[in-house]
Amino acid sequence: MKEYQTITEISGPLVFVETDEPVGYDDIVEIELSDGETRRGQVLESASDYVAIQVFEGTEGIDRDASVRFLGETMKMPVTEDLLGRVMDGTGQPIDGGPEIVPDERRDIVGEAINPFSREYPEEFIQTGVSAIDGMNTLVRGQKLPIFSASGLPHNDLALQIARQATVPEEEEEGDDDEGSEFAVIFGAMGITAEEANEFMDDFERTGALERSVVFMNLADDPAVERTITPRLALTTAEYLAFEKDYHVLVILTDMTNYCEALREIGAAREEVPGRRGYPGYMYTDLAQLYERAGRIEGREGSVTQLPILTMPGDDDTHPIPDLTGYITEGQIYIDRDLNSQGIQPPINVLPSLSRLMDDGIGEGLTRADHADVKDQIFAAYAEGEDLRDLVNIVGREALSELDNKYLDFADRFEEEFVDQGTDTARSIDETLELGWDLLSMLPKDALNRIDEDLIEEHYREDETAETVEAEA
Amino acid sequence: MSQATDTDVREDGIIESVSGPVVTARDLDARMNDVVYVGSEGLMGEVIEIEGNITTIQVYEETSGVSPGEPVEGTGSPLSVDLGPGMLDAIYDGVQRPLDVLEEKMGSAFLDRGVDAPGIDLEKTWEFTPEVEEGDEVEAGDIVGTVPETPSIDHKVMVPPDSEGGEVVAIESGNFNVEETVVELDNGEEIQMHQEWPVRQQRPTVEKETPTEPLISGQRVLDGLFPIAKGGTAAIPGPFGSGKTVTQHQLAKWADADIVVYVGCGERGNEMTEVIEDFPELEDPTTGNALMDRTCLIANTSNMPVAARESCVYTGITIAEYFRDMGYDVALMADSTSRWAEAMREISSRLEEMPGEEGYPAYLSARLSEFYERAGYFENINGTEGSVSVIGAVSPPGGDFSEPVTQNTLRIVKTFWALDADLAERRHFPSINWNESYSLYRDQLDPWFEDNVRADWPETRQWAIDTLDEEAELQEIVQLVGKDALPEDQQLTLEIARYLREAWLQQNAFHDVDTFCEPEKTYRIMDAAKTYNDAAFEALDAGVPVEEITDIDAAPRLNRIGVQEDYNEYIDDLEDDIESQLRELY
Repeated sequence: MKEYQTITEISGPLVFVETDEPVGYDDIVEIELSDGETRRGQVLESASDYVAIQVFEGTEGIDRDASVRFLGETMKMPVTEDLLGRVMDGTGQPIDGGPEIVPDERRDIVGEAINPFSREYPEEFIQTGVSAIDGMNTLVRGQKLPIFSASGLPHNDLALQIARQATVPEEEEEGDDDEGSEFAVIFGAMGITAEEANEFMDDFERTGALERSVVFMNLADDPAVERTITPRLALTTAEYLAFEKDYHVLVILTDMTNYCEALREIGAAREEVPGRRGYPGYMYTDLAQLYERAGRIEGREGSVTQLPILTMPGDDDTHPIPDLTGYITEGQIYIDRDLNSQGIQPPINVLPSLSRLMDDGIGEGLTRADHADVKDQIFAAYAEGEDLRDLVNIVGREALSELDNKYLDFADRFEEEFVDQGTDTARSIDETLELGWDLLSMLPKDALNRIDEDLIEEHYREDETAETVEAEA
Repeated sequence: MSQATDTDVREDGIIESVSGPVVTARDLDARMNDVVYVGSEGLMGEVIEIEGNITTIQVYEETSGVSPGEPVEGTGSPLSVDLGPGMLDAIYDGVQRPLDVLEEKMGSAFLDRGVDAPGIDLEKTWEFTPEVEEGDEVEAGDIVGTVPETPSIDHKVMVPPDSEGGEVVAIESGNFNVEETVVELDNGEEIQMHQEWPVRQQRPTVEKETPTEPLISGQRVLDGLFPIAKGGTAAIPGPFGSGKTVTQHQLAKWADADIVVYVGCGERGNEMTEVIEDFPELEDPTTGNALMDRTCLIANTSNMPVAARESCVYTGITIAEYFRDMGYDVALMADSTSRWAEAMREISSRLEEMPGEEGYPAYLSARLSEFYERAGYFENINGTEGSVSVIGAVSPPGGDFSEPVTQNTLRIVKTFWALDADLAERRHFPSINWNESYSLYRDQLDPWFEDNVRADWPETRQWAIDTLDEEAELQEIVQLVGKDALPEDQQLTLEIARYLREAWLQQNAFHDVDTFCEPEKTYRIMDAAKTYNDAAFEALDAGVPVEEITDIDAAPRLNRIGVQEDYNEYIDDLEDDIESQLRELY
């Protein structure tokens, strides 16, 4: 292995080295500083006489005398089932004081695209116990469903609640013995604060979830460039556990915004032509290479479900990060500032939220026959109520018709009873849908135009109408 | 993708530098847009720039680990697709490698690199039936025989467009594979079922004609308000979550085209899987066979190499043109053209080209128009008529239609289906905004609707448009003062417009019956709303209070027409009930 001491330029996270033999694109590099410290990096551009290297741990302290070794292989990580229960830093080095990791296999962290022909369409309902998700924006195994949040909102609580409560109802019935061991959580933290990290770790330890988790921690004061590999380590581990060891893996990635900032930093250092708001033009492709690593593969037991969290700068969902994410992921869950300030937990705004894989994951045999209709009707009624709230501010409730007033009450009760359930309550899908019927029965039968007539007959709460009819009289 | 057939390998070059999908090579003797094989693994690429003895190549596969000094091999031929029987019921990546074959060859569910496969099965034999006899004169493009490719489609074997033609000296029926000669001409030319065609070049035609027949989509809002012609172009822009993909899938399922080419360009893997799993099970509404029998899928998901994303739309349209040459009506769906434009931008920025608007290359507009111009209703060189309709989804960042891809697309296409996030939020699907969308084909298609559906189709539609327009204006006032402050006739208009929206414009793609709506049914629902309208206004004129008119039992049944299979009877009853219930009021 040849060593070079020919660094020509150090700029931001990048180091440029003159070489006299070919170096592979994306290859891993070790840089040894004069004080003996070793840093790792990756080849970003390879020409016949020089290479550009991105240094994961930052370029601080590197001088032109540092020696550079090209390892002749792309970035790989050791994978093994023993990773479960371990805590690693953002580059995959254990930081929990545990034993050294003995790998079963070393895998390329960039991963390869799943052949769309080999995929299996995800349609197994995951019960998160959160009504606003299960009832309105159902999550299924193999889906990638991001949480669109913003600074100061309790997205972490929601992620933890989902990680704690998520079950697949059918499996529970089949047999409990292997249920617990089949489920794994991979937690990839990018640039989160030490306090947030503690919050996650405490919760994992308190609930005993750590033993079926793998944690990768890149904290806010860790090098930014390292963040570009943390999610790849997490997803490589996830793919291994899912497709080799048959685990159902839930990957929580937080915070994707920090990841994208790191991409921008590297792009700027390379003097690339920037795209929107200074983010690199290839950010869509880059994000897709992460998000698309969710899914199921035909003939394999396991699945990779992703729950990335991102904080929208300025609560703006047209910002490139949420925008590109929304185009790749299969829906999104919005955390809402207004609902949060009203004390609603979890403060999920169901109207802009969406689960694209929902329609095939619900219904008879999966959840319940009335699920789709109930969901559609609640959406329509809540949207109507929301609209009327603006109007009520101007003309007052008295100026509205009886039906409009019912829609307003519906919207209020929907938020207070359906969405607001607290972070410790887990509701079964039956409970969620019955609650939905309780609320819908506030409205007259013929206003329920999205629901099949037979289902109305079966589920509509007649006594509730009786009450309202009396009230009218 | 075709391995260049005459593989007398040209002089090798040497890789000079590697940066993501862009590789430069020294001393490579290649022409612009030639296909080359890069590195010791032989990754497929295409020449995109030549400067001195440095050739720039975009590589269709991952370049991790490729290093300078490795060889580059030229093929001397441009990026081409394999054409012939076997393309239907197939699923390809962006450079026409069949994904099922790749899975088998790679032995893995993950896409490895450096594996090549022909676009059509070269071994499989097909039953060839001649259409010409020995002694007949044939010219370029002429149909010489047919092959039953799928239960739905007879594949026409044609003389290649670049052939000189001549007298047929030998032809016989029988089973042949695509590389065996089926016809011999007097000048010694041998014709096989297999052809190749460069993807960036339009296949020749005689003339482009004005389209006069609608591409019936089975979607009320499209057929009823914003129809597209066979051979027309349409754009579906919309922010994420507004239903672009569902609309594209609905079109691919129900459009009355003979052939559907579905290009998933830079979109989600699971969505393509849904198509792969659903289509073989769904029934083609016109033939009753499996939908897959008329479908060719091209899938370049967002995590597959970016350069292949750039080429996948060309692969798709070349296949579409080939079927058009047989005299078929072909519909091509591209989801999403924004990803294609972004791929251009990404490559362009790696080439350090001077960027145009928002970092897109200055040739964005030219590329888009070139692509959409390959659509149309054509007279083919063999005398048949065929069409290629192109429906492109656009994914504008932040849902802002003023961005370059949307704007440049709108300058070319004649149908604009604007998806609306607000409608999607209240789960009004398809969430096509009826105030912003337009179709410039409306007038030229009206005669077809008059002849084939009802003579008063244009008038009834105009009534619906007027009602919806009036509603939009009234809604602005309602936002300020509330509905009850409006005069009675306007309140009634709002009520009628609501039924138009809920019963007619909304359509449930996931309901077995409602998912497809034939033009007759589209007309009848619209007309039922008009019947209610006319009777209601008569009642209002007779002094009946508006609350009583809108309160009749029959009216809400309008919303149930969509899901009725025997809709004619249902609507007849409903119209009678509406009229009699209203009569009772005065």
